[in-house]
Amino acid sequence: MQDYSATLLETRNLTMRFGGVVANNDVSFTLKEAELRCLIGPNGAGKSTFFKMLSGQLTPSSGSITFRGQSIAGAAPHEIARLGMGIKTQVPNVFNGLSVRENIWIAASRKHTPPVSRRITDEVLDKIRLTDRAGDLVGHLAHGQRQWVEIGTVLAGEPDLILLDEPAAGMTDAEVLRTAEIIKEINRTRALIVVEHDMQFIRMIAKTVTVFHQGQILMEDTIGAVMADQRVRDVYLGKKVAA
Amino acid sequence: MSRSLSTGLQLVLLAAAIAGVALAPQVLEIFTLMQITLFAAMSILALSLGFIWGFGGILCFGQTAFFGLGGYAYAVAAINLGDSTGAVFVGMLVPAAFAAALGYFMFYGRISDVYLGVITLTVTLILFNLINSTAGDEYRIGAAQLGGFNGMPSVPGLNAPGDPSAVLEPEEIWFVTAGALIAVYVILRLVLVSHFGRVAVAIRENETRASLLGYDPRLYKLLVFVIGGAIAGLAGVLYTNWGAFVSPTIFALSLSAEIIIWITIGGLGTLIGPVLGCVAIQAIVTEIGSQQEFNSNLVLGVILIAFVLLLPRGLVPTAQILWSRALALKARRGGAALFEGGPGGKDDHIAKAAE
Repeated sequence: MQDYSATLLETRNLTMRFGGVVANNDVSFTLKEAELRCLIGPNGAGKSTFFKMLSGQLTPSSGSITFRGQSIAGAAPHEIARLGMGIKTQVPNVFNGLSVRENIWIAASRKHTPPVSRRITDEVLDKIRLTDRAGDLVGHLAHGQRQWVEIGTVLAGEPDLILLDEPAAGMTDAEVLRTAEIIKEINRTRALIVVEHDMQFIRMIAKTVTVFHQGQILMEDTIGAVMADQRVRDVYLGKKVAA
Repeated sequence: MSRSLSTGLQLVLLAAAIAGVALAPQVLEIFTLMQITLFAAMSILALSLGFIWGFGGILCFGQTAFFGLGGYAYAVAAINLGDSTGAVFVGMLVPAAFAAALGYFMFYGRISDVYLGVITLTVTLILFNLINSTAGDEYRIGAAQLGGFNGMPSVPGLNAPGDPSAVLEPEEIWFVTAGALIAVYVILRLVLVSHFGRVAVAIRENETRASLLGYDPRLYKLLVFVIGGAIAGLAGVLYTNWGAFVSPTIFALSLSAEIIIWITIGGLGTLIGPVLGCVAIQAIVTEIGSQQEFNSNLVLGVILIAFVLLLPRGLVPTAQILWSRALALKARRGGAALFEGGPGGKDDHIAKAAE
């Protein structure tokens, strides 16, 4: 973690096919320790599929994924989670029938003793600003708050790499601002990959942006360069791109 | 505060249950006592499915497989050992081991919910047919003749631990059976407040999230399934001991379905619900059986349909919802009274300021 120039995550020629559909094609991607990376791209560009392969929900058709030098392609989700990767999925995956506190506690208690788990749970509840709703069932919360609960469960697991798939979706402007704050705060010590459509939000947090298009990486550069790029504009407007 | 209140309430109810068990032989006739002994044994079976279905999210259509294996394992072991002490443990270990093997292939083979129901149902049918076709002298385990469709008569009853000559009286069998029911209930409660139990419930809520947090859902489900198998086995032991007889009908599909009805009526996701549902339905079925005016299956069907349509959550969860609503109403009334006092006070304040 101290050596910020070290590679944390690397994929090589990662490909995912569903029958004849190629969701990800030959994706080679590198992330350094404690880096914050944003992924953008139109619907169907393969961002979520990419996340699912990283987190073990899908086994890649071919190619390799290494996390801290360890090959994780095709490993089970719980094994990858135990290595230090946490993910907030696009469609919120939370324990709807349990209280907010229980959701966070389940995540915190995997590797900690009860007193430490309780302390971490309290800290996370404070961070996601749901302390006063800690006793409520997650299923009863608004969509934006459920997103935070999911982010909270990810934080409570203390992963070194956090994947966030559309964290700001369904949030109010104030909630989006808070989410951006949380992300910057997390990024002081941990690496993140954030998928978002909300360009306003991307501008708030982004340093380096990777653009996905039709399952491949179209470009990778600073936010300014990406926004100015004609190909990226065309992709978002649905024009044909000569890659 | 409400948590310690509910814990206190549970302890009071537990004490009441123990007192009830202790006093029952004094106030009930021996026939009734034997009747409720059977209800207690079946309630343990209800708890086993109530646990794996309600808290582990595993709908097992063949819980009688473990129930029957427990009964047969106990009978075979008791006949061979001549002492029920070890046989009780055999009656729990055999179904637990079977549940472990079956569960391993189902959960690690990523069999999804519906197929899980089909497989467990089929396993029950296979066991029924297997044991049913063991008529003949060649089918014996040690001194125990399996007896095919005739079953195994004169299974030794429970004796005092380590003393085969001291066979238990009906009153003592009541204490053992009802005591086992209370013990199983308490153990499952403790399991549910443990880390393991809380994670198991989380897996029921969302398996994907649990695995993304680093928990292996397959392992947790397997353990829940094995615990359920062992408890169903214990119920089979007590059931076989109650009638001193075991036959292939112990694997019957109708009983498997009935357990699901008990739980649906009593309330899925609670522990006391399955017990209440089991006792209520058994009492009704017994009553109808002695009246012989209606077909009990018909009545059972009507009850099930009525519950699914009118009280789909079952008795206990519905009562809990009504209770919490009553509390909320009371709290709101209290809050409203406060609120009514508020503006008045404010007006006074403004009036004073104006002066």
